[in-house]
Amino acid sequence: MTSRIGPARVRMPASAKRGEVIEIRTLIQHPMESGFRLDNTGKEIARHIVESFDCTYNGREIFRAKLHPAVSTNPFFTFFAVAAESGDLVFTWKDDQGGVATVTQSLVVNT
Amino acid sequence: MLQCLAAGASLLLTRPAIATPDELAAALRETFGDRAIKRGRMRLEVPRLAENGNVVPATVSVESPMTEQDYVRSIHLFAEKNHLPRILEVRLGPHNGRAVVTSRIRMAASQQVMAVAEMSDGTLWSAAADIEVTVSSCT
Repeated sequence: MTSRIGPARVRMPASAKRGEVIEIRTLIQHPMESGFRLDNTGKEIARHIVESFDCTYNGREIFRAKLHPAVSTNPFFTFFAVAAESGDLVFTWKDDQGGVATVTQSLVVNT
Repeated sequence: MLQCLAAGASLLLTRPAIATPDELAAALRETFGDRAIKRGRMRLEVPRLAENGNVVPATVSVESPMTEQDYVRSIHLFAEKNHLPRILEVRLGPHNGRAVVTSRIRMAASQQVMAVAEMSDGTLWSAAADIEVTVSSCT
């Protein structure tokens, strides 16, 4: 079974001044099935959740989240990062059925 | 109509319908050991009244300079009356600049939500907020 994960969206500035703190907003489409719901026949619906989300900035981890079933459908995160140098931010979501989604965004840092 | 797994749904189920304050205490002990958790240095912003327990916006902000010497290492969110007390754990560092994180969470019932921040010096700080939920979430 293919896991229903993504697409994912990241909103952040394309450029920033060195040292500036930028806001990063991320959203991924995912059912986040908690495992605590019953279907029409009274059977438990199996858990299917995004378990981890992380962001690396030029290869260095700057944000990592561990998610439990109490995170809403289509997990949404806002966090901050210091614009240190130009490069790539890579965002990765992984679910408990092997689903993986990745988004890469470039940031240009001006001195 | 989908139903929640809840008390009375099946007598064969051994899982409790909701977590208890004891389970929250156990989760805190498992995560932080016997270290003291003080109130303060952080804010937990949630709506006082959430019409839909499936989507409750939550923002945690910690007072920290976020320098190499003094930063927030992690933020943890707990709910006392969800099936599972743990909601979310986030790792941060000086490269974040600001120790502010927003997400959307589920509430199985009206209850208190608790946020705990671990600082780089190992101290633990917390904030709590009560949320009244009109429509509960199966979580």
